Amino acid sequence: MIEIRDIYKAFGSKQVLENIDLVFDRGKTNLIIGQSGSGKTVLMKCLVGLLEVDSGDILFDGSSISAMNYNQRKSLRQEIGMLFQGSALFDSMTVEENVMFPLTMFTNKSFEEKLDRVNFCLKRVDLNNVNKLFPAEISGGMKKRVAIARAIALNPKYLFCDEPNSGLDPLTSIVIDNLIREITKEFQMTTVINTHDMNSVIEIGEKIAFLYHGKLWWQGSNEEILVTNNREINDFVYATELTRRLKK
Amino acid sequence: MGIIRNIFYMIGKYVLLMSRVFARPQKDKVFRRQLMIEIDSLGVDSLGIVAIISVFMGAVVAIQTAYNIDSPWVPTYTVGFTTRQSIILEFSPTIVSLILAGKVGSRIAGEIGTMRVTEQIDALDIMGINSANYLILPKIVAAMVIFPVLVSLSMFLGVFGGYLAAVIKGVISGPNYIFGIQSWFIPYEIFYSLTKTVVFAFIITSVSGFYGYFAHGGALEVGRASTKAVVQSSILIILFNLIITQLMLQ
Repeated sequence: MIEIRDIYKAFGSKQVLENIDLVFDRGKTNLIIGQSGSGKTVLMKCLVGLLEVDSGDILFDGSSISAMNYNQRKSLRQEIGMLFQGSALFDSMTVEENVMFPLTMFTNKSFEEKLDRVNFCLKRVDLNNVNKLFPAEISGGMKKRVAIARAIALNPKYLFCDEPNSGLDPLTSIVIDNLIREITKEFQMTTVINTHDMNSVIEIGEKIAFLYHGKLWWQGSNEEILVTNNREINDFVYATELTRRLKK
Repeated sequence: MGIIRNIFYMIGKYVLLMSRVFARPQKDKVFRRQLMIEIDSLGVDSLGIVAIISVFMGAVVAIQTAYNIDSPWVPTYTVGFTTRQSIILEFSPTIVSLILAGKVGSRIAGEIGTMRVTEQIDALDIMGINSANYLILPKIVAAMVIFPVLVSLSMFLGVFGGYLAAVIKGVISGPNYIFGIQSWFIPYEIFYSLTKTVVFAFIITSVSGFYGYFAHGGALEVGRASTKAVVQSSILIILFNLIITQLMLQ
């Protein structure tokens, strides 16, 4: 479980996050949604420790990140898996080396043990016979799967996904969404997904936090979001002609 | 005032980055493997260009020296002596380092800059890896190890190029040239040259790593970072060439 307590973040005089209080539950797919510039990415970066909050606190299973020393933060980071918008695979390494990388850096396993784990992770994301390929040789959807495999290689407690469907066709997006949901349930991770893809919201949004101008505007489930009367939410959810027609 | 403040800001940022770079590697085995890869890509891959430039530059120095010696009172072996001195003291350590600043510096800044804009560095940081140490330290150590080897090779090839040109052109006999390159040889000058080379290797890799590491945006910014890395490295090489020469050749 991740708790966000009254966090503030500003860049110079520009307030980006204001008074955010949120809880992300374990074993659930938690979504952060909002328009571009609403503060989603900044919130995600604060959660994974790429940015420091100006005030407030973030707790990972009760442990306050601000009270942690360098080594404790380092240990925490090994319990975090992250799926980046552009996959962020190391392009000088093969698929196998990419997934093996965290195992090489943080475990003392033998090569055979690491390879077993790599093959397990790749099989779990439905990838076969790609071990020796480089990221440039595989499709966008496959890159996302490899990135998920790398993210779960160390069996993390927390999984963060930044726009996991960005650049993917609708069918592949659904496959990736379902994969994230299945993995979340299977490994009982606390998964936080940053998205503005409405398909994801409807498909896997067990808990949704809507940010608006850096503030937590609304939170609820994927069923609640479709019937809420909140104007800003409706503007966001029914922004396209297709969703407006479906509502009618 | 703004420029001075900007210079101090950049120096501070560079020092802070270096304090992260010079930390104990996460895994020694991984570091050794990275080091070997970098020695290969920074050093071995540069052998060709260093060899070609050294041979031709040595030849040009020998021919130009011969051309400038008009007086019959100046012995012909001066061609060999002057070629050796030019190659060892200045050409091999400084000019080769400037060329490597272009080749290696742009490669490092481009590689690390691309990793930054494609979030690969963020991925390392989130895993809990000291990305500056993992990416930049092997490059710095590799360059400081392999550049003196390249420069030593360049010295040999430069002097050899001078020999070929002088003998083929017939300005001086082979034995005379060899006598010239053996005359008044001071081994300390090799030490001075290799010391310069190690400093230049550090400048090229750390400055290029710095510009690559803090690149942001897209392809255009990565290109700009590469250009800045080469320009700043070259300026610093020239500056430190003067400082080291002043300190070591008194």
